[in-house]
Parts: sequence; structure tokens; C-alpha cells
Amino acid sequence: MQKEEFQRTEKKSAYELFFDMPVGPQHPALKEPAFFKFKVEGERVIGVDADVSYNHRGIEKALEYRNYIQNIYLIERICGICNVAHTLCYAQAVEQLHGKEIPPRANYIRLMIEELARIHSHALWLGVAAHEIGFDTLFMYVWRDREVVMDIIEMLTGNRVTTAINTIGGVRRDVSDEAKYKVKKGMDILEERLKYYRNVALNDPTVNARCSDVGILKPRDAIRLCAVGPTLRASGVKNDVRLDDPYTLHDEVPFNIVTCDTMDVLGRVVVRVDEMLESVNMVRYCLEHMPNGDVKIKLSLSPPVGEAISRVEAPRGELIHYARSNGTKNPERYKVRTPTFGNIPAVCDMLTSKGDYEVNIADIPITLASIDPCFSCTARMEFRDVSKSKTWVWSLEELKAHCKK
Amino acid sequence: MMNLVKWARLRSPWLLHFNTGACNACDIEVLAALTPRYDLERFGVLLKGSPRHADVLVVTGPVTRQVRDRLLRVYNQMPDPKFVVAVGTCCISGGVFNGCYNVYSGLDSVIPVDAYIFGCPPKPEAIINGVAALLKKLEES
Repeated sequence: MQKEEFQRTEKKSAYELFFDMPVGPQHPALKEPAFFKFKVEGERVIGVDADVSYNHRGIEKALEYRNYIQNIYLIERICGICNVAHTLCYAQAVEQLHGKEIPPRANYIRLMIEELARIHSHALWLGVAAHEIGFDTLFMYVWRDREVVMDIIEMLTGNRVTTAINTIGGVRRDVSDEAKYKVKKGMDILEERLKYYRNVALNDPTVNARCSDVGILKPRDAIRLCAVGPTLRASGVKNDVRLDDPYTLHDEVPFNIVTCDTMDVLGRVVVRVDEMLESVNMVRYCLEHMPNGDVKIKLSLSPPVGEAISRVEAPRGELIHYARSNGTKNPERYKVRTPTFGNIPAVCDMLTSKGDYEVNIADIPITLASIDPCFSCTARMEFRDVSKSKTWVWSLEELKAHCKK
Repeated sequence: MMNLVKWARLRSPWLLHFNTGACNACDIEVLAALTPRYDLERFGVLLKGSPRHADVLVVTGPVTRQVRDRLLRVYNQMPDPKFVVAVGTCCISGGVFNGCYNVYSGLDSVIPVDAYIFGCPPKPEAIINGVAALLKKLEES
């Protein structure tokens, strides 16, 4: 009787005592500046407030003041990790404005580099996720094997990370037969290692204890909150731009969409490892079926007046670019919608305790990491007078003058 | 006594990594430099989470207006003597983001910098070279 009463009073007092716990902008669990304010009650997280604006650089505005060729290099620095997806999406949008098709060999090279970049991005994530759960051995192992794909990307494009391989009208570099042989060899090493990591993800007790039943996102919530990419697929929803709206040669190159119905962080690990294995097979298919021919067509520097929307499945999910041309050398308006932006409401939902679903403070890093966050592309700016509900657009000079104030 | 402190500092420079609006490319290369292929830890380098434990602040990215105050706060929290390494072209001069309305042109317009590592992103070898150069500078100081 006494014990019961004690428990009840303790629960009551705990319920009244909740704190705001800040995480970020500089935090060991976050590699980027983002700020999360968690409302905690003891060890339970009961609310989240996210601020992702620390990385706002004003790229969309800068795009309007540079020409289409300069913009390739600015676009790929929206996000260094999924730079291939960004340049691919941009090149597709501009080619759509021109109304031109690129040569088939260029399409094969684009697809191959895209999948190699997906392997590199997912391997990177797997390492970081292992680091978040305190499994540094796995982190070091994965990053060691990731160097295989980094070497391949460097050999094919000339740079390890920001590759700038996609350009308007095709690709910048051709793939030699010698390079093909090296890629094939690299894929064999990777496949073996990835199978090992799949085994680790499924059977290792450390990974299981920290990842299963953590960061639950139900399929209904995932769709309601517009989650994208592996986060959505790990909730059992079959959704992939490569299947729904095939670009480059995704309607030709066979692949399976990986889904997982566990809805938790472990599911996201398994989905990403399996996607890497699918990517290995797609790269192999590209190597075998690559036709001969040109890798680039010449397009004029100023596309005709018009609008274009292009979609790409970036490693983190659906990426949408919108371009509007007024016939000059610079785009009139360029808009980017990035996958992490779509996943932020979902991660806030995962991090909130509700009903019998409990989120502990210790689960915050891995749950946050499970969407593969990349905050460098998320923040946008709009001017709005709240009292008059009026919005307006400023030019770059006006914005600069405003910022100097 | 000072020689002993210097000896210890030279053999265990602890890093704090701070992203001030980078595109993540430099960040993953800094991390790659710490992993087995490049193994920066052979110089005694260790990545730390808290500014109060760190000797060297590794900054990537052009400094955005929003992050500037945090950067100064992190810099002021570090114990003396402190060293700053600017990694990547956009951290040195603003790079491709030069002219954007929300960035300062380079880290040295905000805090003093001891070593610059150029490249977009610099290769892990370049980062190791930069750290080695910093250690040499420490030795001479």
C-alpha cells in the first residue's frame, strides 16, 4: 500500500517537472549545426522543437545571379554528400528546358556514378550510425571499405567527393575499358563486405539492442508526414522515384525496391545495406551493357523560355528541382526541395513519446541519425509581414544591405 | 616545465570539429582522415565533442550569419593556447558561396586562423599535411 502510494506521488512529481534540453548547434552527435530543443520529463522525451537554419547560405538567390554552367558547381555544393544527385537533377531540369535528349552512353555513366554515390553515402551513414550507438569498431570497418568506392569515384571523375561529372548535355568524362575492369573488381570486394555488414546488422546483439524498437515510424504516419527515401521504405511503404517516375535509364536497368516492415532504426539499417547491394548489381549491369558513342551533346548557354521540374532519388530520398528560364543566361527562379527537409517532421514524430511508445534521451542520437540528416540543404527564407499578411521578394543587393544592418 | 607541457601538447592535439555552414563534403573528408586508411590518430589526434577539451578547432564551411555567435562562443570556451584550422576553400575565402547574402567571406574575418587547408573538399592527405604543418608551427612557437 505504502509502496503504491510512493510510486504514485513520484509519478505525479515527475509529470510536473519537465525541462528543456538543448542539443546543438555544436554537438558530438550532430556533425552539422542544427538545433533541437527537447522537452524531457525525467528520461522521457515528450516534445521536440527543431531549428535547422544555421546552414542557410542563400544558394537559391545566388543561382539567379550566375549562369547555367557556373550553377552546376554551386548546385553540387548544396550538399557535398549527395552532390551527384543534385547535379543530375539540375542537368535534367536544364535539358528539359532545352527539350533535348542526351546520348545513351552518357545516361549509363550518369546512372553508374549515381549508384556509386549512393553506395558511398549509405556506407558513410552506416559508419556514422555505428558511431552513434557506440560501436566504433563497425564505424572504422565500414569507413575502411568505403575507401574502395571512393577510389573508384576518384578514378572515374577526378575527385573523391564533389565530382561535377554531370554537366548540361551529358557527362564530362568517358569511362575507359581499364577503368571498367577496376570498377568490376571493386564491386566484387564491396559485395562480399556488404554481405558481411548485412549479417552484422541482422545478428549482432549490440546493434539489435540499440536499434530494434527505437524510432518507430508507422506507415500511416510516414505517409501523413511526407517522409521520403529509406526512412519511408523502412516503414514498409514501397516508394521510390526510380520506380515511380524513371529518369536516366532506371526503367531499363533492373533493380528491386528494398522495403522493411519493422518500422524502426534497425529497419533503416537493413534497407540501406540492401540498397547498397542493389546498387552494386546496377553498376555491374551498366558496365556490361554500356553502348559506345558520344558522352555529351552541345547545348546553348541560354535555354528557351519555359519551366521544368525534375525529380531524382537521392540517397536520402526524393529530390525535386524546379527551374524557370526567361531566355537569358541566368535562370529566373530556381527552387530546390531536398529529402532531409521532407524527413524533419517524421523525425520529430519519432522522437516524441506517445501512448505506450517511449523515447529515452539515450535514443536521441541514433534516432536523429536514422533519417541520415543532412541539414546543409534545409533552410529557406521568406519575407512576410505578419500584421498585413503580405509577402515580397528582394533582390540580392537588397538582401545584402538588409544583412549588413 | 614548459617544455614538458609543450611535449605533451605536441603528441596529443585534440580536435574539435565545427561546421559553420559547409556542404558536408569537408566534414566527411575530416572524418575520413581519422579512419583506418589515413589514420590521423597516429599523431595522437583525437576528435572530441566538447570545446573545453580541445586544443585545435577545425572549422569547415563559410561562416553563416546565423552560426557566427555560436562559433565565437565555442572559440571562447576553448582553453588557451588554442589553434584554429580552416579546412576547405569556402572556409578560407567564402569560395563558391562568395557573394551570397548570408555568409561572411572566410573564417579569418571572424576569428584568427593558424593553418589553412585548401581544396574543395581537401583530400584526407591534405588534411594530414595541414595538421602536420600545424604541429610544426607548435614546435617552433
